Amino acid sequence: MTTLDFSRFGTSVAVDEREGYEGYLVSADKLVEFATALRDEYGYDYLSSVTGVDYIAEEKFEVVYHAYKTIGGAELVFKVQVARDKAEVPSLIDIYPGADFQEREAWDLLGIKFTGHPDLRRILLWEGFEGHPLRKDWQEAYYEEDIKPFKSRWPKAEYTRAEAQNPYGANVKYPDQFDPEKWVPEGEDALYGSLAKYETTDESGLKTDHLTVNLGPQHPSTHGVFRIAATLDGETIMNLKPVMGYLHRNHEKIGERNTYLQNMPFTDRLDYLSSLSNNFGYALAVEKLLNIEVPERAEYIRVIMAELTRIQNHLFAIGMFLNDLGAFFTPSLYAIEERELVLDIFEMVTGSRMMCNYFRFGGLARDLPAGSLQKIKDLVFDRLPRKTDEMDRFLSENEILRSRTVGQGYLSTEDAIKYASAGPVLRASGVPYDIRRAAPYSIYDRFDFNVAVRYNGDIYDRYIIRLDEIRESIKILQQAVEQIPEGEIQTGKPRYQMKVPAGEAYGRVEGPKGELGFYLVSDGKGNPYRYHVRAPSFINLTAFGPMCKGLKIADVVAVLGSIDIVLGETDR
Amino acid sequence: MYGKGLLKGLGVTLKRFADTYLDDIKWMGKRYYTAEGLAHRSSKDAKGIFTVQYPEEKLPVPEEFRYVPFLVYDEGEDGEILNRCTACGICSKVCPPQCIWIERALDPKTQRPIQEPSQFIIDVDICMNCGLCAEFCPFDSIKMDHDYEIASYGRTVHHLDDLLKPASYYDEIRPVNSTREAAARKEAEEAKAAKKAAREAKAAARAAAKTD
Amino acid sequence: METKGLNSPGYEIPDDVKGAVAITTIDRIYNWGRRSSVWPLMFGLACCAIEMIATAAGRYDFSRFGMEVMRPSPRQADLMLVSGTVTKKMAPTIVRLYNQMPEPKYVVAMGACASGGGPFKEGYNVVSGVDKLIPVDVYIPGCPPTPQALINGLIKLQEKIDGQHWKDTRWYREGDLAAIPIPMLGPDLIYQEQIPAIKEASKEA
Ligand code: SF4
Ligand code: SF4
Ligand code: SF4
Repeated sequence: MTTLDFSRFGTSVAVDEREGYEGYLVSADKLVEFATALRDEYGYDYLSSVTGVDYIAEEKFEVVYHAYKTIGGAELVFKVQVARDKAEVPSLIDIYPGADFQEREAWDLLGIKFTGHPDLRRILLWEGFEGHPLRKDWQEAYYEEDIKPFKSRWPKAEYTRAEAQNPYGANVKYPDQFDPEKWVPEGEDALYGSLAKYETTDESGLKTDHLTVNLGPQHPSTHGVFRIAATLDGETIMNLKPVMGYLHRNHEKIGERNTYLQNMPFTDRLDYLSSLSNNFGYALAVEKLLNIEVPERAEYIRVIMAELTRIQNHLFAIGMFLNDLGAFFTPSLYAIEERELVLDIFEMVTGSRMMCNYFRFGGLARDLPAGSLQKIKDLVFDRLPRKTDEMDRFLSENEILRSRTVGQGYLSTEDAIKYASAGPVLRASGVPYDIRRAAPYSIYDRFDFNVAVRYNGDIYDRYIIRLDEIRESIKILQQAVEQIPEGEIQTGKPRYQMKVPAGEAYGRVEGPKGELGFYLVSDGKGNPYRYHVRAPSFINLTAFGPMCKGLKIADVVAVLGSIDIVLGETDR
Repeated sequence: MYGKGLLKGLGVTLKRFADTYLDDIKWMGKRYYTAEGLAHRSSKDAKGIFTVQYPEEKLPVPEEFRYVPFLVYDEGEDGEILNRCTACGICSKVCPPQCIWIERALDPKTQRPIQEPSQFIIDVDICMNCGLCAEFCPFDSIKMDHDYEIASYGRTVHHLDDLLKPASYYDEIRPVNSTREAAARKEAEEAKAAKKAAREAKAAARAAAKTD
Repeated sequence: METKGLNSPGYEIPDDVKGAVAITTIDRIYNWGRRSSVWPLMFGLACCAIEMIATAAGRYDFSRFGMEVMRPSPRQADLMLVSGTVTKKMAPTIVRLYNQMPEPKYVVAMGACASGGGPFKEGYNVVSGVDKLIPVDVYIPGCPPTPQALINGLIKLQEKIDGQHWKDTRWYREGDLAAIPIPMLGPDLIYQEQIPAIKEASKEA
């Protein structure tokens, strides 16, 4: 990591000197000043991740920020520590608007208050939920033990269903004098209140009521259980807020109870369309902590799998996007046909079509089975290039698609950076930022490929950039399948339990949806002390509201389709 | 021209329709319900309709395919069940959602734990089909099944009796793996035997030396 | 194929009218009608929904079973395919959707999550299986069930429909079917039937 000169902040900014940690410790009162300087003077214009850690033994919370330069280069980590009983940190939303949802999440799950945040509501859970689950002293209804493996499993099986044991949830705390009959589910008012005023008066004195419309959580074009609350003037969007958490599966809480290896299959279920990319990011993070190398052949297989994942994800995204535009199912049927062929390979190599669970720390679960490399070659040299061109030919010039998308849902370059958009969304707005190039991991520095970038920042570009990326992925794949060497696929013996040196690590990969990061804190034991996922689908949604303002309601669906979210990752 | 996109789109579908029939003719009725036909329809050259007519025909599952776990037992001389599982508990420790419950059997006389499970429960409604249990079982006992047709009218919890399947079944669904594992087991056994022999020889030599 | 079962009433049909007359029972023809046009609600919850989409798409194509008409509105759907993790935040919506579906209605729990909680069961926001909320007809284990496994489950559902008798299925008895009470989002998910107990407990506190 580069060392920067922050001496003008005096003692307010200190180098983090804990063993295994890096970055700077900033005092809370100087945070805004520090961040402003960081953005304007040091060039760290992209705040990628914000999260909190509960250091309960030391009675404090730590908020961890990861910032980057969009011109590439290493990360800058800075942290703020606050006392646990006075958990207040100034919000960075004015400097980095991309922190919006992430600060709300830290408030929701850890109860860290971000002063100055204009809309600090719960984001994944609902208003009225009792407690902040990621705090280390918070226990859920089915709580068994702090860490896995649980003792009741072996050698004496005490098999009971968790729900049978806890009919009302032993750990569920109801506030004093709680009366369920008088209870009114909260939250909706706060949500609608945050959508700004309901009435406007135009210049002629005509008063107009604004309509509030909800899309979802059950709606055919929200890609899962996602809800959009919008105020409309006629058909025009005045303000729009995404509402999520309908698929909040407590990934991080469970992840902190799991052993490191046990988290691997859980990462499959984050962005369930691209499980191998998730595996990749998590494996990188843990390998950083463990400081182990991956054998050559395994690196190649990893790249091959990750790029195949990107292709099938983008195929699915394009298909579903066309669905959202109203081309009911036909284009997606064609896209899914190609995706199935890729899934066949996944099934053959990893054992499952979607939940691959294939990466291990220091290698892979198993080698490529006989015949699979040939299948991959068939696809990347013949079928996929052909079919991508075909898709391009059928769709890209289609007049309906063009008239619905060109110039719509505009996201400027500055906004894309500001809102911490990642992946295709960022690159379609003219920022050639791709982690595979900006901070190459694994063996991506060996391949010849271009970073796909488009400059108009509209829906059309976000669509077409996915086709570009498929082509670039095919290019990488063609090189990888030719160059792949023979050899080992795992460093050392595969282990299911291991001690991981204390410290922190942030592993990030360029997933199909954007920067996927895993922030891990180890306390030297077999389970991660803190496990946080920087989910691109979640953070890309920050720009969703601003992008939709002024559009017609029908275009919202198109914008959402062009962002390409997966709810498993959005809500985790 | 407006409407061109529409016509083009219809053309695409029409072409696919025609492709299906052309391919049908080319395969002369062998396109469906034959293994080759199925393989063709899931190959890179697939054209036109590629639907798998499940349940009349089924896609062959690859060797590595995993669904829910089962326990392999070896068949004794007259078909008795010789559990491979030693109730070591490793699978229940690695299982990410902790859905394996194992009861270690006790020796009826001494009440000491023996290397045999008396109960083995997998709550299939929790199992995430991750395959970690199979990966880390040191005795090649728990393995991932290929049978996916297990829908039922109630919740599914597998007990020891439901889980046990013979080794011959395992060899059949995963020939490559089982051959490799059998070879590894044999090697380990031989190594062990060799070690033992060496140790005995040494001891004998030492004994001989002593008497001298 | 399916009409074969339809036309075997157990009565002797004279040979000369065999080509022209078919005798069946009301149950049979009625069940046949229902089982051949089960319209699922277009409703995906999590990872399993992607496999559901794959099943609806070209390769597995459940329209071969008359199920292609995925309805986004519960008012037009017969089958709720619960494909994924049921979270507490989503629970009220699911019950509401179920209540809005017209009878006869069926529920298939697809995947481990919907059947019994799945890998995320221990989580604080996860309901241990959709049968905690609504009655379930068929459970399909797997995480996720492959498309073929899903179709296998749907065939099981058809078998179940085949075995039903119009006189004793729930929805043809007299009186209205009571709607399922919708759980509330309080400090935790509150089922209506828990309210008295919670009231007791909080009074003591
Ligand atoms: S199945 Fe294997 S890992 Fe599990 S208890 Fe038996 S021998 Fe041990
Ligand atoms: S497959 Fe995974 S989840 Fe299922 S029993 Fe084995 S280890 Fe547990
Ligand atoms: S059963 Fe598995 S695949 Fe299905 S929703 Fe649950 S976690 Fe996802």
